[in-house]
Amino acid sequence: MTISRSELEQLATLARLQLPTTSCDELSQQLTNIIDFFDQLNAVDTATVEPMAHPLDMVQRLREDVVTESDQRDKLQRSTTFTKDGLYLVPKVIE
Amino acid sequence: MNLDSLVGLADGLRRGDFSSEELTRHCLDRIEQHDAGLNAFITVTADSALAAAREADQKLRNGATHALTGIPLAHKDIFCTDGVLTTCGSKMLENFIAPYDATVVTRLREHGVVMLGKTNMDEFAMGSSNESSFFGAVRNPWNTDLVPGGSSGGSAAAVAAGLVPVATGTDTGGSVRQPAALTGITGMKPTYGRVSRYGMIAFASSLDQAGVLCRSARDAALVLEAMAGFDERDSTSAPAAVPAFSQQLDGDIAGLRIGLPAQFDTPDIDRGVSAALAAALQSLVDEGAELVDIELPHTPLSVPAYYVVAPAECSSNLSRFDGVRFGHRCDNPRDLEDLYRRSRTEGFGAEVTRRILTGTYVLSAGYFDAYYLQAQKVRALINADFQSAFAHVDVIIGPTSPTPAFALGAKTDDPVTMYLNDIFTIGVSLAGLPAASVPCGFADGLPVGMQIIGDHFDESRVLKVAHRYQQLTDWHLRRPPAYRSDA
Repeated sequence: MTISRSELEQLATLARLQLPTTSCDELSQQLTNIIDFFDQLNAVDTATVEPMAHPLDMVQRLREDVVTESDQRDKLQRSTTFTKDGLYLVPKVIE
Repeated sequence: MNLDSLVGLADGLRRGDFSSEELTRHCLDRIEQHDAGLNAFITVTADSALAAAREADQKLRNGATHALTGIPLAHKDIFCTDGVLTTCGSKMLENFIAPYDATVVTRLREHGVVMLGKTNMDEFAMGSSNESSFFGAVRNPWNTDLVPGGSSGGSAAAVAAGLVPVATGTDTGGSVRQPAALTGITGMKPTYGRVSRYGMIAFASSLDQAGVLCRSARDAALVLEAMAGFDERDSTSAPAAVPAFSQQLDGDIAGLRIGLPAQFDTPDIDRGVSAALAAALQSLVDEGAELVDIELPHTPLSVPAYYVVAPAECSSNLSRFDGVRFGHRCDNPRDLEDLYRRSRTEGFGAEVTRRILTGTYVLSAGYFDAYYLQAQKVRALINADFQSAFAHVDVIIGPTSPTPAFALGAKTDDPVTMYLNDIFTIGVSLAGLPAASVPCGFADGLPVGMQIIGDHFDESRVLKVAHRYQQLTDWHLRRPPAYRSDA
């Protein structure tokens, strides 16, 4: 399995990353080596095995639907300078 | 001042041999004197530490009862600390002032612990050498040309060099145990779910667990019992009562059944590591423990299974870094897509980028079943191996790392070689088991770690075995010569 340049472009798009302008071949090769390394997983017969998503056998806890957090908008918005009137600013998306 | 024992420091504080303020100043002086050569700290919070120390001194005068009151500690920079820079070792969070405290931070502070600062780490905890940090590599106090291990490398180096008596860490695939082994200190990763993940910046949510790096099992027990316990803010927090670990350390180990996995005896293990481990096992046998050969047949598959599961979870978790609400934001974005893509590309380093792309690949249409689902099935087999073994043995022992510390730059060009270094720690993480690494000798002058693995929620037994071993030996008290307190 080789990760081609076009596959790499597709992965980068899905992950919202840009590919480096240089060293793209090196990245392709590294990802190819990593994916090749995974192939040994397919040597095991797992037809009857239930996938394990989580180490503990637990169920999702539920809680009463009541407000437990106070309004901390001002404090939380100090993590960026791009706010206005309590809203986050992004480049214009609607013309 | 001797930082070798938290119990010793707690006694000294209560006797009035020194105050918490004096102890804190001593640690701050050590950091000032030695950290330039180690790069173990990203942030030192000297002023707030001294204020917290004076507050602790007041509590001690009023008869504070907790053993950790007035004890200085450093937090790995993955734990959110309200009002303090929290970088996770990344350019992405280079200027991020956390708006709240992680539960681990809150609980330790409530016990009167004094935070000295935040320690360096692999970027987003992704690495086994601490070389992926945006803030530069951490160096190993035993030889500064070598890595301290990772990802909790700053915490490990700070404790090993005697800058702090104890530091927090996190362990996703070995990130507490392996750096503890490579720097000659004690590291403890509890059972998945034992310590709250709230406020601990997520890497791989089904694997991440907070732990402790310190000098002895006794110290680890004291700190762990303060950190651990159910937290309603973490949906995977285990609703299990926390034993008083520090009260359950004593006693002999006669009749203890120690499992030795055939699969842990690989040709890749350094001979000095094997020799140190064999001698350590003999000393436990001399105490009446029994060695039992066991099989963990899927061990060789733990590395590929982990490097599918962890990057898959990482690619999902790190999608929150979009340049909008916090974290790095690129200059002059053309449009929203450009804002996302350029902010992320500029903010993430090479290893994080590789893992996001790997995770995206194994989760993408057409590959999900072949890689991600298959890895989760192999994970189930790895867990079943451990459960079969624990039907016959009390603990499992093996090396923490196949080799002692390696040179800076030795493995950075080849991710797969770096990943294979995690062979003995990763299966334990996939199964969610508790494990400690304790110093058990030296190979070519470098510390070697012995890994003691317990069944789910059986930290008490792991710590008891580690403690017994540390009463028989003094490897855990050895200090790198250049950082002895008289150096």
